[in-house]
Amino acid sequence: MSNTLRPYLNAVRGTLTAAMCLENFSSQVVERHNKPEVEARFSKEVLLTPVVVSRNENEQVLIEPSVNSLRISIKIKQADEIERVLAHKFTRFLMMRAESFVVLRRKPVAGYDLSFLITNFHTEQMYKHKLVDFIIQFMEEVDKEISEMKLSLNARARIVAESYLTQFFA
Amino acid sequence: MSGPEEFQLFASPITCHAFNADRTQVAVSPNSHEVYIYARRGDGWTHTHTLSEHDKLVTSIDWAPKTNRIATASQDRNAYVWVHDAPSDTWKPTLVLLRFNRAATTIRWSPHENKFAVGSGARQIAICYFEEENDWWVSKHLKKPLRSTVLSLAWHPDNILLVAGAADMKARVFSAWVKGLDVKASDPVWGERLPFGTVCGEFGHDAGGWVHDVAFAPQSRAIAWVSHDSSVNIATGPQDPVVTIRTNTLPFVSLLWASETALVVAGHDCTPYLVAKQGGTWQLAGKLDVGQRKSVTASNAMSKFRQMDSRAQQINSDTELETVHQNTITSVRAYSGSGPDPAANVTHFSTSGVDGKLAIWDLLSTSVSRMTV
Repeated sequence: MSNTLRPYLNAVRGTLTAAMCLENFSSQVVERHNKPEVEARFSKEVLLTPVVVSRNENEQVLIEPSVNSLRISIKIKQADEIERVLAHKFTRFLMMRAESFVVLRRKPVAGYDLSFLITNFHTEQMYKHKLVDFIIQFMEEVDKEISEMKLSLNARARIVAESYLTQFFA
Repeated sequence: MSGPEEFQLFASPITCHAFNADRTQVAVSPNSHEVYIYARRGDGWTHTHTLSEHDKLVTSIDWAPKTNRIATASQDRNAYVWVHDAPSDTWKPTLVLLRFNRAATTIRWSPHENKFAVGSGARQIAICYFEEENDWWVSKHLKKPLRSTVLSLAWHPDNILLVAGAADMKARVFSAWVKGLDVKASDPVWGERLPFGTVCGEFGHDAGGWVHDVAFAPQSRAIAWVSHDSSVNIATGPQDPVVTIRTNTLPFVSLLWASETALVVAGHDCTPYLVAKQGGTWQLAGKLDVGQRKSVTASNAMSKFRQMDSRAQQINSDTELETVHQNTITSVRAYSGSGPDPAANVTHFSTSGVDGKLAIWDLLSTSVSRMTV
């Protein structure tokens, strides 16, 4: 892990831990409903100030806490065209299977690649500190995953090109 | 130090709990529309009754010690008063006419048990009392100046003053004087005349946080509240400066006056803390749950390297926290006290939390409290 990633992840971890103090909160606007306030945005007083933790302009995390829910949006590093395509495919793959990931949102927040929505029902079922660990681990892994994919894609392209071009030598 | 008595009642969260007068029974809600009553049997608790009249999450339970009645509030906008029918050994519900159109969030019996207060998401508080001629519980509403969901309520021992904490970052002291029920009242600190609905004090500011819990001091007229900015606040009167104790912990959601100079607070840190007045100043004295390692792993380094080898990563493998509660503590209540006024000298308190545990703590068994209380 490079030197700058560690403080970045520590900042995200600290912010997430503080933001994940959720409680059951019935809607003040819709009768007998219980909605994640960060999504519904009906009552201003139960939303907290969103926080952006940024490593550089390409790698950011937006954390939007509220009284009963918390939205985490991640901008994945995309240095070139290939990484952009890979990141898009990868996040699309995950988001199509959002149900299996429980806390994953089906659509990212505008300007970000991937969003998580954690509600008080999730923190009731799961350990809070483990949820934080999951997000952090995900952030660690996703960069690694994409750069590995990029490497294997390049290697594959090279092999394909080589085997294609050998026929002209003969 | 001896640890607290722990009872893992459910796998699901305990939203609230309330003991009866002699602490032989406890009413808890397992994060559902039902309320379970457990009776003490030796070392454990056995389930005796299920109160199921609500149809949405039960948010608050209060058990009146003298009259042995249970009041429950729920997100289905209703509150019930349950009376025990001894011949058939059942609990009979009576619906309370709350006239709320949003969830009822919190319910508390007044000290004389002739009325109770219910907070709601409709930005109002209902003061409910029994009307003999109609044979039902009716309510009067406190509306202004509440601007958001009422999260907590507490009564002063004089049966008139009520303090409410709300999601609009304010703690307010109201008069809940009901004509025909209470005699003319006045208070040396909070106001000469106290007709129904008087706002005797308003505390907090927009930069604070949602007021999760409030309480009146057992003997003096001070109030304390805990808010989402991780602070504990104490106000002794409407004009007096507020004492704010800022902490670097996660926010507290529940508090209890253990004596005039000590508060027990608990919340998202999964640990009860003691806040005490030492040498004239209030401060965070320390954790009441020192925590202990659940299991001692032999050859720690070996297992660490094996893990790094097999999973190619360094993660902390201990899922369980070292504290008694494994998740947020949602409720702290007095269990027993000593002396002529047990409320002013609490020796044991009970906590329940999102992890489904109920714990009974001996306040004096920890070194931090022996030093300060």
